[in-house]
Amino acid sequence: MEANDLARDLARAFPDTPGDLRRLHDRLAAAAERDGILDVAYRTVDSPVGPLLLAATDAGLVRVAYASEGHDTVLQALADRISPRILDAPALLDGPARELDEYFAGRRRRFDLPLDWRLSAGFRRAVLSHLPEIEYGHTASYAAIANLAGHPKAVRAAATACATNPLPVVVPCHRVIYSDGRIGRYLGGPDAKRILLDLEAAA
Amino acid sequence: MTGKQPFEAVVTQHGATVLRVCRAVLGPADADDAWSETFLSAMKAYPDLPADANVEAWLVTIAHRKAIDVTRAAARRAIPVAETPDTVAAGAADGPASGLDSDLADAVAGLPTKQKQAVAYHYLAGLPYADVADIVGGSADAARRAAADGIATLRRTYSSAAATKGEPDGSQ
Repeated sequence: MEANDLARDLARAFPDTPGDLRRLHDRLAAAAERDGILDVAYRTVDSPVGPLLLAATDAGLVRVAYASEGHDTVLQALADRISPRILDAPALLDGPARELDEYFAGRRRRFDLPLDWRLSAGFRRAVLSHLPEIEYGHTASYAAIANLAGHPKAVRAAATACATNPLPVVVPCHRVIYSDGRIGRYLGGPDAKRILLDLEAAA
Repeated sequence: MTGKQPFEAVVTQHGATVLRVCRAVLGPADADDAWSETFLSAMKAYPDLPADANVEAWLVTIAHRKAIDVTRAAARRAIPVAETPDTVAAGAADGPASGLDSDLADAVAGLPTKQKQAVAYHYLAGLPYADVADIVGGSADAARRAAADGIATLRRTYSSAAATKGEPDGSQ
């Protein structure tokens, strides 16, 4: 027998076992959480606006991302900006996943989740922090939001804040539209924005 | 901007190889614990790992240390008096696969520790002998010889096992 054949047989003698790896992965996530070294936990959930990536730190939900943003790109950005100690740990996002489920089923009008705002700063953060004041099923104009944030003339900056919302759906930037009724830009695309507004109008 | 990829990707890319190495070096009974300790310890240190580091060699290095810890703990449990630093605890290989694959796993389990490590790190993890030497100590040539000796033993024992389990007439 050649050494190369033996090397191939060796790999077969210690086979790849996805079930075992899944179990070990979950055990690692639990141990990392216990030891306080899991800096960012994430999972994906299905929704009427496509698969959403949810990521949380120990301070709360830090990122909601649409598929169009590229989930791998978003995870790499989280690694760069927060910490590379990131694991797929669905159990740690059960709360946000459940509330989003209820929201998309029309059974929840307000999110009651701890939020980690660290990915947003300054005026953008000020704008975003006022968005939950827009009631479910209602809309506000970019001008009204700029006004709420204390800078009535900063309409374009308010629009930029909405466009860079790290927590879409949960922080309702989809409720901000142009004063002439056009729904405007949206992180998840105009279709997603329309779906959310229709959902809220129907419930 | 470090550009260091999320640790989840490290687990995805290297989890299977590290598990193979742990199984080869320790046998299936202790491999899970060694794998878990390896990745937990790696995750702790990950932010400080240089961006250009060879992640697989780094993980195998950690796994090597964890395997030594596990082997020592097992030796203490099994034989309270005698020291057996260079052999495996008997019964470590319960056989993860069946038939000939299981025979080969058993044959690996029977190798002297240095040979087993050299075979696992070079043939299963794919590390060059220089990296293997960094992990187990000694020179790259010594690592190459240990792996060659291990492969020669495996070829002998595995081939004879294959022969006895092969054709009913046993002619080989």
